[in-house]
Amino acid sequence: MSVLVFIDTADGQIKKSSLEAICYGAKVAEMSGTTAEGVVLGEVKDDLAALGKYGVKKIHHISNALLNHTDSQLYAKVIAQVAQATGAKTIIFSNNVNGKSIAPRVSARLKAGLVSGAISLPEISGPDFIVKKTVFSGKASANVSVKTETKIIALNPNAYKIESGEGTAEVVPFNADITAGKIKVIQTTKASGEIPLTEADIVVSGGRGMKGPENWGILEDLAKVLHAALACSRPVADSHWRPHSEHVGQTGVAIAPNLYIAVGISGAIQHLAGVNHSKIIVVINKDPEAPFFKAADYGIVGDAFEVVPKLTDAIKKLKEVAS
Amino acid sequence: MKILVCISKTPDTTAKIAFTDNNTKFDTNGVQWIINPYDEWYCLVRAIELKEKDASTVIHLVTVAEADADPIIRKALALGGDEAIRINTGSNDGYYIASQIAEWAKQGNYDLIFTGKETIDYNGSSVGGMVAELLDLPFVSLATKFELSGSKATITREIEGGEEACEVDLPLVVSCQAGVAEPRIPNMRGIMAARTKPLKVVDPVATEALTGYVSFELPPAKAGVKLVPADQPEELVRLLHEEAKAF
Ligand SMILES: Cc1cc2nc3c(=O)[nH]c(=O)nc-3n(C[C@H](O)[C@H](O)[C@H](O)COP(=O)(O)OP(=O)(O)OC[C@H]3O[C@@H](n4cnc5c(N)ncnc54)[C@H](O)[C@@H]3O)c2cc1C
Repeated sequence: MSVLVFIDTADGQIKKSSLEAICYGAKVAEMSGTTAEGVVLGEVKDDLAALGKYGVKKIHHISNALLNHTDSQLYAKVIAQVAQATGAKTIIFSNNVNGKSIAPRVSARLKAGLVSGAISLPEISGPDFIVKKTVFSGKASANVSVKTETKIIALNPNAYKIESGEGTAEVVPFNADITAGKIKVIQTTKASGEIPLTEADIVVSGGRGMKGPENWGILEDLAKVLHAALACSRPVADSHWRPHSEHVGQTGVAIAPNLYIAVGISGAIQHLAGVNHSKIIVVINKDPEAPFFKAADYGIVGDAFEVVPKLTDAIKKLKEVAS
Repeated sequence: MKILVCISKTPDTTAKIAFTDNNTKFDTNGVQWIINPYDEWYCLVRAIELKEKDASTVIHLVTVAEADADPIIRKALALGGDEAIRINTGSNDGYYIASQIAEWAKQGNYDLIFTGKETIDYNGSSVGGMVAELLDLPFVSLATKFELSGSKATITREIEGGEEACEVDLPLVVSCQAGVAEPRIPNMRGIMAARTKPLKVVDPVATEALTGYVSFELPPAKAGVKLVPADQPEELVRLLHEEAKAF
């Protein structure tokens, strides 16, 4: 009956999106009168027992070096084994990069209905189990009913608040049947110290109004004082001013940070689609008629090259006063 | 080398998103339909590039849709591809669609199956992974680069805050996004050729949908923007800090 949460790691460390999945899973367990358990694959550096404070009671850990890199084929087999052994009827993933490759496989393997891109807790009443998810790249949401006995939810990053209390989780090894995967990782490149775009609380984004890649320094400075991730509009990535991994919108990455600051971006419908789930949107644009202002909470009509450095200074001052 | 490219019909990116029948159905009134951008720009174009390098490559397109998808299938064939298969049924459940594609793929002996990262309507991001599981094949998701040498694929995929390069032997399933290829426009020769390329219509296999769409909602409208004069950025900082509590 329990709820099983897949706890995703990178380099042996628990991802922020996993903490969201744990908190969400703990709440789903509470709603269905059961407890949340977790599953961790591969060797880890973080203290798993400490995850108990997010509401998970027991963690099944398969500490096998063959699982240090995510191979969805292998991972799905192991997670399905854990789900079957624990009798889990609800399985929670983060709808992050790994979740997108593993959750569908577990769904097909167990023939368990999957709702990916969930943005709120399920509504459970009798046999009905309905989950809200984003559709049309965030232009709308849909209520999806899961018809199978076992249910799988992939929760969008930044869609559920992390809350911690007291408690430690019981960490137990799990004996899984593991053979080497077919995918051989040859290189991992990580921009060190960078905050992953989908996990970032604050995102600073630049558009064609920035005129060229050489002008990104003022956005980097702003991002630095705010501990923000950087993003951009599609033409910026298409012109190779910035990498495609920063391209947000309907055909890029969909994000939902607490604060999205758009600089020199007009606010085309395809751009808005990927960012309109941000809680607060700030637009800086020299054109008062830019459509983005209609979707914004706060705005400055002005030249980015004058406004942004001043904004960075003002934030620095505030942070100095606060510390 | 035999490649199966999965394509899907989606509303144009500028389509008005509205719902009918008490918010239970997408309002298709006046909607222009396109090939899902990920399928067209990255999967199909990369498959065509592979065929340009190795002329013996065969490209099949598959879609699970009713006859109203034929125009976008013809457009896909105009870009490239040798033949199309339309599995004649409609559904918005990922498992139902994946089961249809997997059944077709089983008897097609494909070396490579491409799907888009997601469709821009239901954003499921799940068909590729499900097809891979149903066929017990490796799956590399969110590819940003795809190279092939012999029967070994070298793929770069997105990971949080970076990229990972890996090697996998065919056959396999790959989901593609920006970086894998550059969008192309069909030329006149392609459009003419597409008219006579085979478009096979096959019956679906019996399977079930595991999920169902109950209703849709549009997001609440924003209250309206608060504008701050350009020479007072400290006022914006104050509002963000005190009112919005954004930092
Ligand atoms: C099928 C399809 C999919 C698409 N998908 C995406 C997507 O995923 N993401 C995306 O972003 N786009 C996408 N687009 C493109 C989208 O339609 C727009 O073309 C794009 O978002 C515009 O980028 P921009 O706002 O940076 O540039 P522009 O539209 O050129 O806007 C530049 C803005 O900068 C302002 N500006 C100029 N100088 C300054 C200055 N000195 N200070 C302040 N402001 C200044 C201008 O007033 C203007 O508003 C897609 C398009 C199609 C057809």
